[in-house]
Amino acid sequence: MKYLDEYRDVKIAHKLAAEIRRRSTRPWVLMEICGGQTHTLMRYGIDDLLGDSVQLVHGPGCPVCVTPLEMIDRAIALARRPDVTLVSYGDMLRVPGSETDLFHVKAEGGDVRVVYSPTDAVQLARTQPGRQVVFFAIGFETTAPAHAMAVLQAERLQLQNFTLLVSHVLVPPAIRTLLGSPKNRVQGFIAPGHVCTVVGVRDYEELVHEFHVPIVVGGFEPIDLLEAIHMLVTQLEEGRAEVENQYSRSVQYEGNQPAQKAVALVFEVSDRKWRGIGSIPESGLQLKERFAGFDAERRFDLADVRAEEPTECISAEVLLGLKKPTDCPAFGTRCTPEKPLGAPMVSSEGACAAYYQYRRHLVTL
Amino acid sequence: MRRTTNTGVISLHSELVSNDETKDLTAFSCPVPLPAGERILLGHGSGGKLSADLLQDVFLPAIGNPVLNRLEDQAIVTLNGARLAITTDSFVVKPLIFRGGDVGSLAVHGTINDLAMGGAKPLWLSVAFILEEGLPIETLRRVVASMRDAAANAGVQIVAGDTKVVEKGSADGIFINTTGIGLVREGVTLSATQARPGDSILVSGMLGDHGIAILAEREGIQFETAVQSDSAPLHALVASLLEATHDVRCLRDPTRGGLSSTLNEIAASSGVGMELLETSIPVREEVRGACEMLGLDPLYVANEGKLVAIVAPDSAETALRALQNHPLGKDACIIGGVTAEHPRMVVMRTPFGTTRIVDMLAGDQLPRIC
Repeated sequence: MKYLDEYRDVKIAHKLAAEIRRRSTRPWVLMEICGGQTHTLMRYGIDDLLGDSVQLVHGPGCPVCVTPLEMIDRAIALARRPDVTLVSYGDMLRVPGSETDLFHVKAEGGDVRVVYSPTDAVQLARTQPGRQVVFFAIGFETTAPAHAMAVLQAERLQLQNFTLLVSHVLVPPAIRTLLGSPKNRVQGFIAPGHVCTVVGVRDYEELVHEFHVPIVVGGFEPIDLLEAIHMLVTQLEEGRAEVENQYSRSVQYEGNQPAQKAVALVFEVSDRKWRGIGSIPESGLQLKERFAGFDAERRFDLADVRAEEPTECISAEVLLGLKKPTDCPAFGTRCTPEKPLGAPMVSSEGACAAYYQYRRHLVTL
Repeated sequence: MRRTTNTGVISLHSELVSNDETKDLTAFSCPVPLPAGERILLGHGSGGKLSADLLQDVFLPAIGNPVLNRLEDQAIVTLNGARLAITTDSFVVKPLIFRGGDVGSLAVHGTINDLAMGGAKPLWLSVAFILEEGLPIETLRRVVASMRDAAANAGVQIVAGDTKVVEKGSADGIFINTTGIGLVREGVTLSATQARPGDSILVSGMLGDHGIAILAEREGIQFETAVQSDSAPLHALVASLLEATHDVRCLRDPTRGGLSSTLNEIAASSGVGMELLETSIPVREEVRGACEMLGLDPLYVANEGKLVAIVAPDSAETALRALQNHPLGKDACIIGGVTAEHPRMVVMRTPFGTTRIVDMLAGDQLPRIC
């Protein structure tokens, strides 16, 4: 396939892998932030190609995985209301809340719909004025512009029956949290290419200056990731710490400014809880006061729906790259994609699910 | 966020730190257990693991018997010395009419194919309609005409039928059940239990066309060249294959759940492993593109006019040529082999020389977010 096969070229991949192995003098610990990148690494067995030259740990960039239990419970509470149509991205349906998941609520008769675009939810609100349509707006900087557009569209259409249940998180505060941890082992980051396509690379420069850690903005195909790893290893071996852009075919320094404007118009930065990690100040987005009418948490009384994260789950260590999914004693036995115990086993972008789906044959359960 | 006492600074990851210090990993317990199996989920109909669970937990304990327990695509029973193949299937596709077919032709082809996979010549079909109140009769007329044409082209007769109408909202337009009866060819015994290490795995053509055609129609996605459903009757293709070689061990049509579910089923039934070569899996460019865009894997996407054949090693080339000489098998290829290693597991060798598992679908295939 044009524009894709070039980035899956076997010869180039082997050449890059050999170069990384040659260059690396010790097993550098590198983290790919985005779950999409984790998925590619596992699917193509990139870690196998690299041997001991680098150790790849998997970051918190799976939006489904880091959405807090409480928000999932709130979505479930909304979906159970007879007057509500809850609209969501597909992955969200299987994520376990405290007691159940949206698939089961749907089976009980809840009106739960899956869409690819939040503007489809706006359309739904338009065509069924008698029902409250709530879109479960989760994700990183990548999904925020589309969510902002949906709100702006709903405002223009003067829709009284459209709201967002917002659970938006931002990547740089998560990296900052990780780097500030006394337990941090990560020596270089592959920054998420799609997030940077939207927001640009400025935030990452600040992180580099603050923590003196190399960051390479990377894409999502095997060659992208091998190139990004190669760039990181080169920086580390040369003692440099800079932001470099491997994914230049998509990411520009300033990012996508119209998208940023739409987000800035509709959302403001707020504290957010991350599932498995805890609360991080200024790590997410909430609707601005002007758009309070589109906030599901204000339209519906959800304050009573509270949930505490279970303290037993090791997803915290997995999401922060301190442990591999296979370090969990429940991995692949009591915790599988059909019966996930924690969120990283749910979405195919989750580190545990990626390991389970693609690499199970290489570990002893 | 909590304040940690030892340092006096605000720790953003205090929960993580305290977890790590206090947790006894051997006592790891399920933090969010889900109530299992209390209601039917859509995933129970996806042809993957949940469907298999339903068979094992509900159907077989209640109505299992030696014929049913074989879990092939068709039952084979003996009557006065003749081996009859019997199968039944319901069709609930949405939209009712799509590029390359409609629910009527699909209902004829699907049941013919389940008979053909048992090495049977399809002879008779019954058809039962469940119609939703308010359905335009014109739509029904079109679907029935399409069934007539599909049956005539395949040389089978529709010999019995039934119609029920349910209240608006209790069904989605038209649901069709077809039951088929066929006569198994002499000397032919095909079964998912017969795959042996060394056997070759063949597919008869491009994968994923049907699923993507349906999804495109449903999601309103346009392609430069439209993807059409591959819905087709495979009995003639099977006849040519079985005439060419006696070494076919098993035939299956990879419908819902796609190639991955079919191969996992065969691997499990035969207690063998399988290794596929990623570069040899035939998928149309448009289908690959749509899958990339929609976050799907073509190995899990449904087909309605393709078969998988497990063939003894010495006859693989003969079988391949027999498939390729038929119009419905012109894109056939060998995609891998059966192994003694990693029994009950299907493993893909990537173009990079690394391997990964090709798992059975757990629940429905869900589109990824980014």
